[in-house]
Amino acid sequence: MNPDRRQFLGWGAAAAAASAALAPGFRLIELAQARSPREAASVLQRWGLLIDITKCADCDACVTACHEENGVTGHGRPETDAQWIRKVNLRDKRTGYAQTLPLMCQHCGHPPCVDVCPTGASFRRDDGIVLVDKHTCIGCRYCVLACPYGARSFVHEAVSGQKADVPRGKGTVESCTLCVHRVDRGETPACVEACNRDGGKAMVFGDLNDASAEIHRRLRSETSSQIRADLALNTGVRYQGL
Amino acid sequence: MMRVAAGIIAALLVLAGFAYAEEKRARRVTVPTVKIEKGEACVAPTAEMRRDHMKMLLHQRDRTLRQGFREPRFSLKNCIECHASRETGSVLGKDGFCSSCHAYAAVSMDCFECHTPQRQARTAARP
Repeated sequence: MNPDRRQFLGWGAAAAAASAALAPGFRLIELAQARSPREAASVLQRWGLLIDITKCADCDACVTACHEENGVTGHGRPETDAQWIRKVNLRDKRTGYAQTLPLMCQHCGHPPCVDVCPTGASFRRDDGIVLVDKHTCIGCRYCVLACPYGARSFVHEAVSGQKADVPRGKGTVESCTLCVHRVDRGETPACVEACNRDGGKAMVFGDLNDASAEIHRRLRSETSSQIRADLALNTGVRYQGL
Repeated sequence: MMRVAAGIIAALLVLAGFAYAEEKRARRVTVPTVKIEKGEACVAPTAEMRRDHMKMLLHQRDRTLRQGFREPRFSLKNCIECHASRETGSVLGKDGFCSSCHAYAAVSMDCFECHTPQRQARTAARP
């Protein structure tokens, strides 16, 4: 029997009624959160962070979580060990007012590291995440010098025991990836998760272009600033209370 | 008649000589151990995998890193998932799936300078 048009519409109406009868908040089809693995990063999104440093506690939960997630291990040589995120302490010399904030790759809209890279290894993904393609990185370290935030590190020594999602190797430059492997799974970066769990709940991650996202709403309605805003790099990481 | 027999014997001797030389040559290098640890079939027919696995990996690597596609099919992680040794959990080492063949073919690979050769421990399924 071939269903005719009228019968087909009838089935549709029945299905709609059935789904409407489900408990509120329960969906048969989950709203799309993460991108499908078969979908490319899109220019419609711009991932970013908002860090309220008035809430930033005197802890290093974000640093520990980042280095744990990405398998960044040192050799006890702070001058040459890789550093993806660090805590910076500010102190007003006159008044003694002290602040602390996490500093990492700011995922610039116009990244100087990408401008200077001679091989095209340093690049900005369509959704605003600035990454290093270690397959083409020759370890010249121009980007390390070009970055106004000192966010990049060079891997001086052979690495072993890397995480499957985070390849790291000697002779290449690396920096915060905004936990791109987690973001592609629809999760938040490790630092944000740790800050909200163990720290001062100072960090918010989201899509700067998504009008319904918390980060978008707060950037729209509250004061925020970029570090070295004078360079007009349009950073993806924004600060409050600086 | 004698001439024909001598000819045949000479031919046989030459063939045996070739076979011996061949065997000796083969013994000079260790024949790779191809031990498939898991799974029914690879992502492509064996002949294609042998010839083209590097092209698949190269293509996938640029798509994943630069464009953000995360298809598991031709990913290095997926290779390691099935081919890592049951004992060592790695594709490297003496009888490692990758390293034994690459040692035989004398082709160096740089993948594992940065990527981990270890199979990942099973994590609990995400809710």
